[in-house]
Amino acid sequence: MTLDEIKDILDAETLSAHCDGNTPVERAYCADLMSDVLCFSFTNSLLITHLTNAQVIRTADVANIKAIVFCQGKKPPRETVVLAEGKKIPMLVTGYSMFDSCGKLYEKGLRGKSESDT
Amino acid sequence: MTNPSEGTFFLNGKDFANAGNASGSLKKVLEEMGVPPPLIRRASIAAFEAEMNTIIYAVAGIMHYYVTPGTIRVVLQDMGPGIADIDLAMTEGYSTAPDYIRDMGFGSGMGLPNIKKNADSLAINSVVGEGTTLEFVINLDKTA
Repeated sequence: MTLDEIKDILDAETLSAHCDGNTPVERAYCADLMSDVLCFSFTNSLLITHLTNAQVIRTADVANIKAIVFCQGKKPPRETVVLAEGKKIPMLVTGYSMFDSCGKLYEKGLRGKSESDT
Repeated sequence: MTNPSEGTFFLNGKDFANAGNASGSLKKVLEEMGVPPPLIRRASIAAFEAEMNTIIYAVAGIMHYYVTPGTIRVVLQDMGPGIADIDLAMTEGYSTAPDYIRDMGFGSGMGLPNIKKNADSLAINSVVGEGTTLEFVINLDKTA
């Protein structure tokens, strides 16, 4: 699934100046605990979260998160946006709740852990 | 891979604005050295967890890395409160972090277990009231 498709499905707004809508996302993971993202997320995946502080970007960077969706209409502060731009991590914001965001993406075929994962 | 590399980052306690800079810089070094991406991810995550622990709990610390063709070795030394019971601290879910750390998405008691999970070896030496030295190694002959 591409970022453009995710944007359409979630009726989302792009927060990044340099967001390539054709960027493919292989998996998705949702959490507000960055500790969990570091433990359980997948490389090249989409992160869905309510948290908007700069630690989200730093966590996404080391965990090879491909893009971030902030749900429930939560927009990150400027320092988060600047950091994400520097690390070239695209960000979207959707008005949908985390539950609805995940449900809509799952319905359209995006998955978390796959059966081939160990 | 290119020649061996080593370097040091200085960490300031409670400096959350820069928390993650050292791990991010280490990640760049490993990328430039041509380390396989799955190993970079493991090293970066382990380093980030250790860096966050230093910034959350200690007054200050240093992160030193050594990369050779065979291993990535990262050592963090801090001037912090020390860990009284290392086995307990290694338990998933055990945490002494205050609420404001949890509000940032950390302090859920997964840091040390996650370092162990991502590293091929982990050693922790700690003296209560003086500080903690944590060292982890990732073998580069592995592919995941």
